[in-house]
Amino acid sequence: MNPFSSETRLRDMIRAIRACKTAAEERAVVRKECASIRAAISDNDNDYRHRNLAKLMFIHMLGYPTHFGQMECLKLIAASGFPEKRIGYLGLMLLLDERQEVLMLVTNSLKQDLNHTNQYIVGLALCALGNISSAEMARDLAPEVERLLQFRDPNVRKKAALCSIRIIKKVPDLAENFVNPVASLLKEKHHGVLLTAIQLCADLCTVSEEALEYFRKKCTEGLVKVLKDAVNSPYAPEYDISGIADPFLQIRLLRILRILGHGDADASELMNDVLAQVATKTESNKNAGNAILYECVETIMSIEDSGGLRVLAINILGRFLSNRDNNIRYVALNMLMKAISVDGQAVQRHRATILECVKDLDASIRKRALELVYLLVNETNVKPLTKELIDYLEVSDQDFKGDLTAKICSIVEKLSPEKLWYIDQMLKVLCEAGNYVKDEVWHGLIVVITNAPNLHGYTVRSLYRAIQTSGDQEAVVRVAVWCIGEYGDLLVNNIGMLDLEEPITVTENDAVDVIEVAIKRHTSDLTTRAMCLTALLKLSSRFPSCSQRIKDIVNQSKGSLLLELQQRSIEFDSIIEKHKNIRSALVERMPVLDEATYSGRRAGSLPAAVSTSQGNPLHIPNGVPKAADAPLLDLLDLSADEPAPQNSSGPNFLQDLLGGDILSSASQSGTTQPQKSGTDALLDLLSTGAPPAQNGSSTVDIFSISQDNNKTSVNALDSLSLPVVTSAQSSSASSIIDLLDGFGPAPTVPKDNGPAYPPLVAFESSSLSIVFNFSKQPGSPQITQIEATFSNKSSDVYTDFIFQAAVPKFLQLHLEPASSNTLPGNGNGSITQKLRVTNNQHGKKSLVMRIRISYKLNNKEILEEGQISNFPRDL
Amino acid sequence: MHASFVFVLVKYRCSFSLYFLHSIVLCVGGSIVLRRISRRRELRLKMGIRFVLMVNKQGQTRLAQYYEYLTLEERRTLEGEIVRKCLARNEQQCSFVEHRTYKIVYRRYASLFFLVGVDNDENELAILEFIHLLVETMDRHFGNVCELDIMFHLEKAHFMLEEMVMNGCIVETSKANILAPIQLMDKSS
Repeated sequence: MNPFSSETRLRDMIRAIRACKTAAEERAVVRKECASIRAAISDNDNDYRHRNLAKLMFIHMLGYPTHFGQMECLKLIAASGFPEKRIGYLGLMLLLDERQEVLMLVTNSLKQDLNHTNQYIVGLALCALGNISSAEMARDLAPEVERLLQFRDPNVRKKAALCSIRIIKKVPDLAENFVNPVASLLKEKHHGVLLTAIQLCADLCTVSEEALEYFRKKCTEGLVKVLKDAVNSPYAPEYDISGIADPFLQIRLLRILRILGHGDADASELMNDVLAQVATKTESNKNAGNAILYECVETIMSIEDSGGLRVLAINILGRFLSNRDNNIRYVALNMLMKAISVDGQAVQRHRATILECVKDLDASIRKRALELVYLLVNETNVKPLTKELIDYLEVSDQDFKGDLTAKICSIVEKLSPEKLWYIDQMLKVLCEAGNYVKDEVWHGLIVVITNAPNLHGYTVRSLYRAIQTSGDQEAVVRVAVWCIGEYGDLLVNNIGMLDLEEPITVTENDAVDVIEVAIKRHTSDLTTRAMCLTALLKLSSRFPSCSQRIKDIVNQSKGSLLLELQQRSIEFDSIIEKHKNIRSALVERMPVLDEATYSGRRAGSLPAAVSTSQGNPLHIPNGVPKAADAPLLDLLDLSADEPAPQNSSGPNFLQDLLGGDILSSASQSGTTQPQKSGTDALLDLLSTGAPPAQNGSSTVDIFSISQDNNKTSVNALDSLSLPVVTSAQSSSASSIIDLLDGFGPAPTVPKDNGPAYPPLVAFESSSLSIVFNFSKQPGSPQITQIEATFSNKSSDVYTDFIFQAAVPKFLQLHLEPASSNTLPGNGNGSITQKLRVTNNQHGKKSLVMRIRISYKLNNKEILEEGQISNFPRDL
Repeated sequence: MHASFVFVLVKYRCSFSLYFLHSIVLCVGGSIVLRRISRRRELRLKMGIRFVLMVNKQGQTRLAQYYEYLTLEERRTLEGEIVRKCLARNEQQCSFVEHRTYKIVYRRYASLFFLVGVDNDENELAILEFIHLLVETMDRHFGNVCELDIMFHLEKAHFMLEEMVMNGCIVETSKANILAPIQLMDKSS
């Protein structure tokens, strides 16, 4: 006989399942069992329905699907006997949930059972309704539940009260019906009823402001009295837990008092006495007592101020915190988090203890304590606290390091008093847990480093030391590689020594060694290696004597399977090899990164922009010094003054260097004049993968050569990381435009949609320039969208900036509001304004426009006018 | 949703008249529409206890009661995660573990772990006391309760829990009151 027929007893099935050695065996047993239950169901077997459902519940608990048994529950519920109903309701609650459509069918049975003469059956129905009621059922059955709140048996009343919670949760409109019945329930003596009525009362208070007011007025006094009675009650064996009378009820009472007292001085006044009594009288040597004290402290913290009580509460917390029981310490830390907003000073007193908790063996306590420390840090204690935390970082668990590092970095970033300290602390963190820090952290560090010119030398030397000892931490390697690339010369020549520093001797070869190790380290990822290549390119110019060696290292990546590395390697090699004359300019030091922009960008709002470096006059290949106020970006400076050669080199853009065209492009450019050839070849180098629509602008960053150039931004930090990283930043696409706007007449990448038109410098004076970018919607050639960008190269801020334009009759002009009316100086900011021009004689006449700009300079009104007639012909 | 429903219909074809089937379909259609309206207006009230789990030392679930809706798959992963987190902790460590958006309060009795998932602002110590009360109640009924008692009398364990917790709130804390209906049923059968 099949042992798994529906005659198997529940007990036997459990034994069979327990006997299974493997998960597969268990599945087989369950499958057979389910099959026989299904067979029994389809035979409409009445005798074993009860048993089958019990089996199904067990199978459900093990995590197997049991939906086929749902109907059985309904049949059992519809049966007349109590045992059948009981198991049926249990099955209903376990196997079904409110989302099952089958549930609709049970409403009628529930209604009948709620009106049943047997109080136990009524209880069952209430319980089921309370656990799984859907909104429709709640609406249908609310009158029955309301009636049952006044039922003679308290066990039914308490269940009806909890059922009401479910109902008002599902249908908040019904809340007001329950307010009055609850007020009378709160006067009862039965603990179960009180417990649930208080819960219902609390929920009503959160649902409706009126209910809260009502209960505050009518019930606060009564509840205070109930709590007083509970605290002073004589021994009641049924509810006594280790000498304390019904801690659950006391906790509930404290909780409802908290809701009633919050924000209401009168109600708070009423409960002061009893709270003091609870706080002083409750025994704290048992868990139950501590639970009450814990709740009491929270209530004291939430209700309106009463100095004496607060002191009492803080003292209890202090006692908790020094307790040896970890549970108590955990709740104490939890409580201090809330207390910190009420009485920060009192919490600060426990700082030392809290710091000890950060080092606890218990992960839960550590986590709480760390959150708390984070809230405790302020300007005055940031240094010692950070030191403590960093010291602990060295010895902490691996799985705690992530959290800890994030918090330390956040503290240091938020509260660092000076840059030197910031850099020092960050380096320590990176050395200890460089593999745990997020990208933003080391990006932020680099921004800070570039902004501290007097610390460049110090930083690069510290990093050099750090990478010797902590070369296995990815973030250290990245920052070190970047800094050595930028400030390699400072490293070797010990420039910018600080007093506290010990001099070190580093040769040029040593510096290159570091980068070679980093690029060859097998754990280095793509980003690090790509950064290494860039650093090598920079060093090749900084250390001419190592040039050949660097070239060899770069060459090794030529065969890399990673396209990015291969491409960089080939391009950099060709720069080192063939373009010595422009190399030094190409690898100029990065301009200072704008901290404000960076932090704004981290917040996800501002587009990337790079501010100009005022201090370093930059040189273009032909040796003409550039004025410092004509801002340049690192590698991209060739084009700013010379748009002409670029346009002529347009076709070369399409040449793919990877296709082996290096020679041909080189020979081609060799025929042109030297200066131009430099530009040309460089552009070739840079144009790999760039969309052909790019109109000769040099926005293709040498760092971010990638398949989707229009997505990568020229921002220095973005270029450090790879496109994978960059493309995650939503602002990167717009950042190119924004960046170049800051640079005056530089050309801009056209938008992708519609035919592309070269941007036009519409107006240019000694200080003000206007660039128009054109775009057209496909399908409407006569409409031209113009985005005008205004930038101000003088050192003064222009206020009340207004741009006006006029057009002849065959054109229609629509001006949209400008992005701002204040134009900051030095080109580090711009205003954009959109214009829409409709050309009624499209194809016959080209655009023409007269413009007038007015602004205030030092409160003096200035007016400039001009005419633009050099629009592209086919607009 | 529809797929599973069709499945149910097929299973019960024999026992239902066609007319009845038709009314189910109507109900289903109606409830889908209704639910969409009502869900938007439902309140997110705190529920206190989210689930009660009993798990043995090997990590096998012995009792599971959820007070919020989770699919079977979600339950399995949740139980797996919790078991991994809690069972690895030692006796000295505190009984609270933060997990996802809530806390787990757990306590071990011999080979059985009692785990209760609660909202973050719930009183952890009180929940600990509640677990103890649950165990004492079971003790009183089974007499020195053990894992096997719960396994073989799963429905009784559920009945007790049902008397103590409803919809995530504690209803009754008196052992006599909790056990009364169960004893009554035992007597009658």
